[in-house]
Amino acid sequence: MAAIRVEQVNERYGLDDPLPVQFVNYWKRTIQWDLGESYLTGRSVNDILKDKAKNSIRLGIWAIIIEIIVGISVGVYSAIRRYSLIDKASTVTTAVASAIPVFVLGYILQYAFAVYPNKQGWPDWMRLRTSNIGPPGSGDGTWFLFFIPTGEQWRYLLLPAITLDSVSTALAARMTRGSMLEVLNADFMRTARAKGLDERHIVTRHGLRNAMLPVVTLIGIDFGTTIGAAVLTETVFSWPGLGSTIASAVSDRDLPVILGLTLVVVLVYSIVNLLVDVSYAWFDPRVRLGGGAK
Amino acid sequence: MSAEPSSGAAGSPSDLRDFWRRFRANRLAVLGLAFMVALVVVAVLAPQIAPYGEAERSSVFRGPPSWDHPFGTDGIGRDVFSRVVLGSRVSLKIGALATAISLIIGVGFGGLAGFFGGWVDGLVMRITDIFLAIPYIVLAVAIASVFGRSQNAIIVVLGLTGWLAIARIVRSSFLSLKELEYVEAARALGFSNSRIMFKHILPNALQPIIVYGTIAVGVTILSEAALSFLGVGPQDPTPAWGLMIADGKGSLSNAPHLVLFPGLAISLTILSLQMIGDGLRDALDPKLR
Repeated sequence: MAAIRVEQVNERYGLDDPLPVQFVNYWKRTIQWDLGESYLTGRSVNDILKDKAKNSIRLGIWAIIIEIIVGISVGVYSAIRRYSLIDKASTVTTAVASAIPVFVLGYILQYAFAVYPNKQGWPDWMRLRTSNIGPPGSGDGTWFLFFIPTGEQWRYLLLPAITLDSVSTALAARMTRGSMLEVLNADFMRTARAKGLDERHIVTRHGLRNAMLPVVTLIGIDFGTTIGAAVLTETVFSWPGLGSTIASAVSDRDLPVILGLTLVVVLVYSIVNLLVDVSYAWFDPRVRLGGGAK
Repeated sequence: MSAEPSSGAAGSPSDLRDFWRRFRANRLAVLGLAFMVALVVVAVLAPQIAPYGEAERSSVFRGPPSWDHPFGTDGIGRDVFSRVVLGSRVSLKIGALATAISLIIGVGFGGLAGFFGGWVDGLVMRITDIFLAIPYIVLAVAIASVFGRSQNAIIVVLGLTGWLAIARIVRSSFLSLKELEYVEAARALGFSNSRIMFKHILPNALQPIIVYGTIAVGVTILSEAALSFLGVGPQDPTPAWGLMIADGKGSLSNAPHLVLFPGLAISLTILSLQMIGDGLRDALDPKLR
């Protein structure tokens, strides 16, 4: 590269300044929420963020919805019908699901439900889609109320959402089962039965609410795992979200994009953790915040 | 927790036999152990087992599994079976060394925090809080993207990011063990702090460290695969499993075996380590179930 060009680049990004100066400048910019611009494309990181975050949020919302519905119901069912066939099957499935790396699972699902049916020429309604967020040019139009897929969109969403939450769902199911089993034997459950309440009421009102506390903790802690999984899942399915953007920025060595997006992700993660901590008090009145003693 | 006074943990032969009897009762754990033993043997003998070299090319590109190439060939004609076999070395080496670094840092910091308490404890716990505030993969990716892309860099990155959970576990066992009478007795005898920590408390805190260390090897191998997959791990001719999956992802429709076999290798390895970890936990401390 011509020396003059190197000089221009150094000038533009302030790369000639001493490191401490660069560091202070970085923070001056960052505090004003100026995250710099991509070395590769020159786009501002804020623009990239605005563009990609919504797709990650959509994917994340569905992953968490599936995690809560599938994880908790499988866990509760396993606990109530302990040692039944379904309980055993779900125990094995959760163990396996937590051992398969998300990117391997992603490709397996992609092959089984999108690539293979396509190769075999199965009827169109049996094929799921991958590799693009929507039919070309569809843009935002195909999302109803921001996150509800319409038309073709769900076929693109389903596989990445399942992949993204696989590990979390497995953990949530295992946790719900364990904590439900503990609660089912508690004294207050016997009291409820003695009062003659019907079983459904006992399980949902008395059992589930008390069993949910560790599960809520898990879902909160797990948010970090979900973010990590998002980097991989989005890369596997070419989902244009923050995760795949970070991954490609890493292979392009596009430092401002890596730094900026990581910073945002960490901020969001910290806020979620705070909310989870606060929500304990709501789920468990015995927890009083700001009590001093640990 | 059964803290036998300074006779040391799991020392005598009868203890070991007892432990093995309990461990054997868990069939899945034995299965996992068998797989891991086989994997270690494969890794040690890899150059003898692999029919081709890691970079040796044949004229068949993306060939399906056949007698010559049991796992098929990849995009530039390399034998996938040989690469999966040779890749076991990469995974095990990174998993073992990075976990060793994590254990040293984690046991050191966790032990200091639990033993001394006070501001040392506060400092160590705040450091772990800060690290835990960053999603693990994102943290590792960010650091790895700065440190460079080689096996050694990955070992350092995973070692430096993996010690948090270990430190917390060690801290909590030290916190409870240091209150016991045998520690008080050691103190009364005038032993130095380091002698009390390493000779008296540590042997009794080994059980959770062993259990978690086993699981941590699996977690590390998983992270290594993920980082290699994202391209921040070892670079191309190195047969890292994650990297092989990244290489094969483009030809999913005509050569799914390029993703399947390395994926299977990673999954089975992690599953085995998890089952061994569960088995160890049950066998070392039946009350924990």
